[in-house]
Amino acid sequence: MDDTYIGKEKYKEMVKETAPKSKTTANSFRAFIVGGGICVIGQIIHNLCLSAGAGRDSAGTYTAVVLIFLGCLLTGLGIYDKIGKFAGAGSVVPITGFANSVSAPAIEFKKEGYVLGVGAKIFVVAGPVIVYGTISSIIVGLIYYFTR
Amino acid sequence: MGEQSATFDFKVSVKSTASIVGAKEGKGPLGKYFDIVMEDILAGKESWEKAESEFARLGLDLAVKKAELKNEDIDYVLAGDLLSQSAGATFGALDMKRPFFGVFGACSTIGEALSLGAVLVDGGFAKNVLAGASSHFCAAEKQFRFPLELGTQRPPTSTWTVTGEGAAVLSREGGPPYITAITTGRLVDMGVKDQNNMGAVMAPAACDVISAHFRDFGRTPDYYDAIITGDLGYVGQELLIRLLKNEGYDVSKKHRDCGIEIFDKNTQDTHSGGSGCACAAAAFCGYFYNELKCRKLNKILFVPTGAILNPTSFMQGENIPSVAHAVVIEN
Repeated sequence: MDDTYIGKEKYKEMVKETAPKSKTTANSFRAFIVGGGICVIGQIIHNLCLSAGAGRDSAGTYTAVVLIFLGCLLTGLGIYDKIGKFAGAGSVVPITGFANSVSAPAIEFKKEGYVLGVGAKIFVVAGPVIVYGTISSIIVGLIYYFTR
Repeated sequence: MGEQSATFDFKVSVKSTASIVGAKEGKGPLGKYFDIVMEDILAGKESWEKAESEFARLGLDLAVKKAELKNEDIDYVLAGDLLSQSAGATFGALDMKRPFFGVFGACSTIGEALSLGAVLVDGGFAKNVLAGASSHFCAAEKQFRFPLELGTQRPPTSTWTVTGEGAAVLSREGGPPYITAITTGRLVDMGVKDQNNMGAVMAPAACDVISAHFRDFGRTPDYYDAIITGDLGYVGQELLIRLLKNEGYDVSKKHRDCGIEIFDKNTQDTHSGGSGCACAAAAFCGYFYNELKCRKLNKILFVPTGAILNPTSFMQGENIPSVAHAVVIEN
């Protein structure tokens, strides 16, 4: 079809009119409930660590380790993608989502072997987060160093 | 004939078809029309890609058997799929040891294979041609989108890749239905970049080839019992009807879409509908071929639609072009 028929701009408008919209309100609510729920679980683990005598810093580390473990476990059991489908950003943003984004490709690319498959592809989703997370932390660190 | 069409002197018989699908497609509205419903998404293999080839192999073999032919009787195999270098069709047709043309038109592949097959048969270059196309949900997600276990949401415009294979034997000898004409689609780019809205990518290609077909033959939608597109889905269907209305053709009563019919969107969570090479291929080879055979349909315009999504060109900012091929199949 040439531009002479209807034109790209007009077609773009037509597509916009036709496309069903995501349910933003319902999705935000679900994201809030699940994302908040994950944080509550994290807080419970944190408090348990504190009451078991761990210091504030190490309690935080233990909490992250446990949540990452749970994220990977639920990914391996094929449950996390179902949570993600329901919760959207609610289960992507917390640290469990990061664990999911690393373990999911690890499972997926196991068929291509441990070196060229798992090894090469494990950060295919999380890679950009790691790269730009590291770079921005360096920049922020430098700013803090020179301005404090 | 006309700008983009060809008619055939000989009646090119669609002698037999075979359709193999996965469990989800088997549970869909067309489930009972497929030859084999494979409950195991891995088809007993260790990877999804190998499973797709197994679907392809089974479908190609079965189509030959149902035509009561042997592999040696097949002059050419024309097959394709969505995987890089047409791996699905290649490994599926490997053991047949017959002259092989790999064809690619993304989800329109079966339309391309049927068109070229009919040309070979009508031109006297082949007596029997085997045409097939396959796709696999998991293998397609892996190649084009995200790992399966990644917890993401699919937008409402997205479609669900059909797992399966559709294959057909075209022959100089055989009864109805016949391929009587083809209109070959042009590449179309209407500036769409959204890979989660393939219906919007492909609707202009479908409109382009269907209106060219009507112009070339001086026909209107009334000539056909049904105009059947490949995998436009609900979003693409609405766009196609509006685009064709703009061209002066009202297809709203004649249009059907394999992607809409293969899944039940209310119970199967497939959003805009089914997609993939196997969507049009299996729906035609299973359901619509049967409707032609028992004469519930007598004249159809079969228009498989393809979005040429290349992950590299897409990341480099190119639009997603599309193509569709129209095949006239009549009793």
